[in-house]
Amino acid sequence: MSSMPTIKSREIKIVQDIPISKTLKFWEGLKEGKVYATKCKKCGKVYFPPSADCPECLSSEMDWIELSSEAEIETFTHVVVRPTTFQQYKPYTVAIGKLKEGVRVLAWLTGFKLSQISVGMKVKLVAKISPEGYATYEFVPP
Amino acid sequence: MRKVAVIGVGNSKFGNRSDVNVAELAFEAVKPSLEDAGISAKNVEFVAIGTAGAGAWYEELLPAVVAAEYCGLTKAGLMRCEAACASSSAAFQAAYSTIASGQADIAMALGVEKMREIDTPTAMEWIGRAGYYLWEFHNFGLTFPAYYALHATAHMAKFGTTEEDLALVAVKNHKYGSMNPIAHLQNRITVDDVLSSMVIASPLKLFDCCPMTDGSAAVILASEEKVKELGIDTPVWVAGIGYSSGTANLSKRLDYVGLEASVQAAQMAYKMAGIAPSQVDFAEFHDCFTIAEIMAYEDLGFCPKGEGAKLIREGQTEIGGKIPVNMDGGLKAKGHPIGTTGCSMIYEVTKQLREEAVERGRQVPLKNYIGLAHNVGGTGHYCYVTILRR
Ligand SMILES: [Zn+2]
Repeated sequence: MSSMPTIKSREIKIVQDIPISKTLKFWEGLKEGKVYATKCKKCGKVYFPPSADCPECLSSEMDWIELSSEAEIETFTHVVVRPTTFQQYKPYTVAIGKLKEGVRVLAWLTGFKLSQISVGMKVKLVAKISPEGYATYEFVPP
Repeated sequence: MRKVAVIGVGNSKFGNRSDVNVAELAFEAVKPSLEDAGISAKNVEFVAIGTAGAGAWYEELLPAVVAAEYCGLTKAGLMRCEAACASSSAAFQAAYSTIASGQADIAMALGVEKMREIDTPTAMEWIGRAGYYLWEFHNFGLTFPAYYALHATAHMAKFGTTEEDLALVAVKNHKYGSMNPIAHLQNRITVDDVLSSMVIASPLKLFDCCPMTDGSAAVILASEEKVKELGIDTPVWVAGIGYSSGTANLSKRLDYVGLEASVQAAQMAYKMAGIAPSQVDFAEFHDCFTIAEIMAYEDLGFCPKGEGAKLIREGQTEIGGKIPVNMDGGLKAKGHPIGTTGCSMIYEVTKQLREEAVERGRQVPLKNYIGLAHNVGGTGHYCYVTILRR
């Protein structure tokens, strides 16, 4: 890293086990091609990303609702310089889309040339299993 | 609440500081701040340290104890503050409150950051994770430039701001950075240099982005009583502090053309200081990316929403304009050692208000003797606005 004299720190490898028991239906849903949000049974607020608890009314009674796939792009960027764990990918486009339900979703936008993408464009939100096996979701052409 | 003044400031040279470790770097700011205040480390009753990358981009997990021991501050009340890129503004707020509440008479806020001990993709990784890892990084690899790029795209689509407008911010800040001996980047650049630099996250290019910088800055605060007792010549008073925060998920924001946390923090600070934006003589605005400075012009009330680009096009944020902004080169050219930036802004505002030791060409004209520092953490995840008055 440096032209100055340095010593190397001891190397560690960090992988965390992230709990998903409270949002399991969401992660399972992705495998079935569905994108779920939660809706508070008490006050009706819809959450995406799905939340097991409602900070509005402090209820933890939630319904799972399947999101419609229709979205409108609010903004986007094409990420060329990528972090360490994304080095194996080609540059990717990240977009934020607003869904009919009123929630916004941030995800990759695929299937378009960069020059074809614009704010206000209609796209479709789909669940997906990545080639490496990550359960995810992305925007694609409608 | 008691009146509180800044009585001493220190700032290390910013840059690739692979010649020093985190403790040695802290000393480079602490020493001049103590000398400036005319006190010793033993007089400091409380120390708040702002730093973001402990254990990630540098090796120490408890940098506050490490830096305090190295600088002779052990036994003072001690804490580390994390507010991402606003960590040492949070530390300043903690030090201020300790004195304003009457718990201490002398306190220090210290920012220190070492960002260059790891390779660049790993630094991008850590900073990218500094939002909502689970929902916006894990599957999507959103980087820090990408967070602001999302704002740039939205601002350009809604208001017609152009890539040339963004470039003008970089050109201005490099111009003043070239006059600042502590700045990381001291080269002057042109609009073409910015436009032809490589794309990092569209529409942002390399020269739209602040560099990865190492650096430290320290600020010593004191009560009014202590100011008198020490015979401080030119105390700079804390006139207002405002703070706010924004959602971790960018997808939960209502729009992407400004930072709500900046608007709220600024309103709170103006109210406490009892001033309007028009009374501010000059400002330090958080310009981690060029779009951030344009949004700050609008969010802090120096022009209507959507007209930020006009301000930079007209040269209104240069010396001689309506509101000189980032006369130290800003984060863009001076550099952005994440946890250090807040205290480094206070350093610059204090030096400007004292009309001292500021290099020729970048001293701002003072009418009301009021300066403002606007420090954002993350992408509007945190915001602190501090108003100082001589
Ligand atoms: Zn509820």
